[in-house]
Amino acid sequence: MSLTDLAQPNQGYSYAFLDAFAKRELRRRILKGIAIPGYQVPYASRELPIARGWGTGGLQVTLSLVGPDDTVKVIDQGADDSVNAANLRRFITRMSGAETTTDANAATIIQSRHRIPEEILGEHHALVLQVPNPEPLRRVEPDMAKARILHADADYGQMWLVLYEQLVRFGRYIQGAAYPVMVHERFVMAPSPIPRWDTPALHQSAHLTLLSAGREKRLYAVPPYTNVYPLEFTDVPFEVEDQREWACRTTGARNKFLNELPMDDGSSQFELSDTGYMEKLVNQQRGEPITVGTTYYDDEGNFYHDGYLKPRYNGERPSDA
Amino acid sequence: MTDTLSHDTTANVHPTLDAPIINRVPPLVVARNLTKYYGSIKAVDGVDVVAYPGEILGIVGESGSGKSTVLRLLNLEEATNGGVYNLQISGLTNTNLFELDRFDKRDVRVHHIGIVYQNPHLGLRMRYSASGNVAERLLITGERTFRTLRSKSNDSLLASEFPLDRVDDPPSVLSGGMQQRVQLAKAIALQPELLLLDEPTTGLDVSIQATVLDTLKRIQRLRTITMILVSHDLGVIRTLADRVMVMRNGRVVEQGLTDQILEDPQDPYTQQLVHAKL
Repeated sequence: MSLTDLAQPNQGYSYAFLDAFAKRELRRRILKGIAIPGYQVPYASRELPIARGWGTGGLQVTLSLVGPDDTVKVIDQGADDSVNAANLRRFITRMSGAETTTDANAATIIQSRHRIPEEILGEHHALVLQVPNPEPLRRVEPDMAKARILHADADYGQMWLVLYEQLVRFGRYIQGAAYPVMVHERFVMAPSPIPRWDTPALHQSAHLTLLSAGREKRLYAVPPYTNVYPLEFTDVPFEVEDQREWACRTTGARNKFLNELPMDDGSSQFELSDTGYMEKLVNQQRGEPITVGTTYYDDEGNFYHDGYLKPRYNGERPSDA
Repeated sequence: MTDTLSHDTTANVHPTLDAPIINRVPPLVVARNLTKYYGSIKAVDGVDVVAYPGEILGIVGESGSGKSTVLRLLNLEEATNGGVYNLQISGLTNTNLFELDRFDKRDVRVHHIGIVYQNPHLGLRMRYSASGNVAERLLITGERTFRTLRSKSNDSLLASEFPLDRVDDPPSVLSGGMQQRVQLAKAIALQPELLLLDEPTTGLDVSIQATVLDTLKRIQRLRTITMILVSHDLGVIRTLADRVMVMRNGRVVEQGLTDQILEDPQDPYTQQLVHAKL
């Protein structure tokens, strides 16, 4: 037996692309992020074969978690079939040997750009969200050093002031995506630009959520069963997108997050944003034996945590007062 | 017996430091030996500030005399190079405020001290609405009901005689006088014990100046707020201040009742200052 027989064949890259030091660094940072929910942990973001800003943060977290027994799903704004999602999925499976899927329930790691699947994720899921801008205070405090002091002091008066201004000017919260949330009653967090629709899904969730920004070199986490509340005034409730009148043109599904498709005649049609979920619904309607999981919002639009979303605001707006 | 005597003597070591007593109550603000260096420049060099509840203390002096720096020190905005600063407020009586940590300093500043700057850009967010600027103070203290925020900030703006039909306009489109009123409303929103005024009417035209001074006087009467007013304008000092301190080169050269100082200045510099008034 010679040394050559004992050595691994030369691959040219480490398992799951990142070298062992990079993965150890990331795992250590992830553990810290889980230990301090909502706290932004700086990390050494590596070079990857895709450009910064194209999901490198999420990809590094996925690569440091993934093993040969995992099943990976990659979502790009709800879709499994976008070029970016397909490329990331192919890269992950080529580097790690993990299975891939479009079925959220069958996946163990879900890397997502700006959506959370419609079906309720369980304890066997790790949701990895790609984050372009991890700092919720950036728009009120451009100086990162000062923003970190504000986080340390839990001084979020300016975040509330932004919401106050929105109510004064528009009579409602106008922030559509990345709605600021309070995690574990301590840190205000930008939940990556997921729509308001998905924000409640982070609250007391069974799954682990990891959020990572490769360009900004920050990652943070929402551990399972952690309180996540949107910032809202006591007399003006946070509301998710009002799509009660809309129905999916392919499946007829209601009260799920729908994309609006403008038609040539000026009208609009709607289609499910979560293509993995739509695929399952279509196959089920064709009579295939498929079990579709319970969703965060039922067909009447009720959220699965009773009482988390307050009744919609009807009638007089607070700015009329 | 000897103990009492020696105690009395130590208490009277500096009997001349205090201004003439116009109040029988203990002073609200006691700052001793304030010191601030910028490099080798002694901006403030051993200044004592004592202000009694409900009085207006004026600080006059030429540009660069250190009067604004004293105000910034009293607002806990800057680190000192020495001195002791006490506010007679329950829970803080024997605390040297300069020794508090950042978080506690902010707490004191938010709840007990209001400030109006000469330049509204320092005190206001110019692109947020006027009422939002006032509401920010209330938000910091944890008020989370929109209607309450709205009505309280309107009350405060009303008290500073700000026109209520413009509460949702950002300060960037308001006139100089109105901007000062927004600053004032923000400063008094949480009913502070101490209000610091740094040249509040400098740069305003004379008629607007007069109405802002009226407002200040009225607020001081109604709410019995202690005010420390920094100005180089002797007219403003004469109108508002009960007591006045004259500063030069980081030191207090003379202090006393306003009338006394302005009618019968003793220090050569004060004499020059009073006579230089056009």
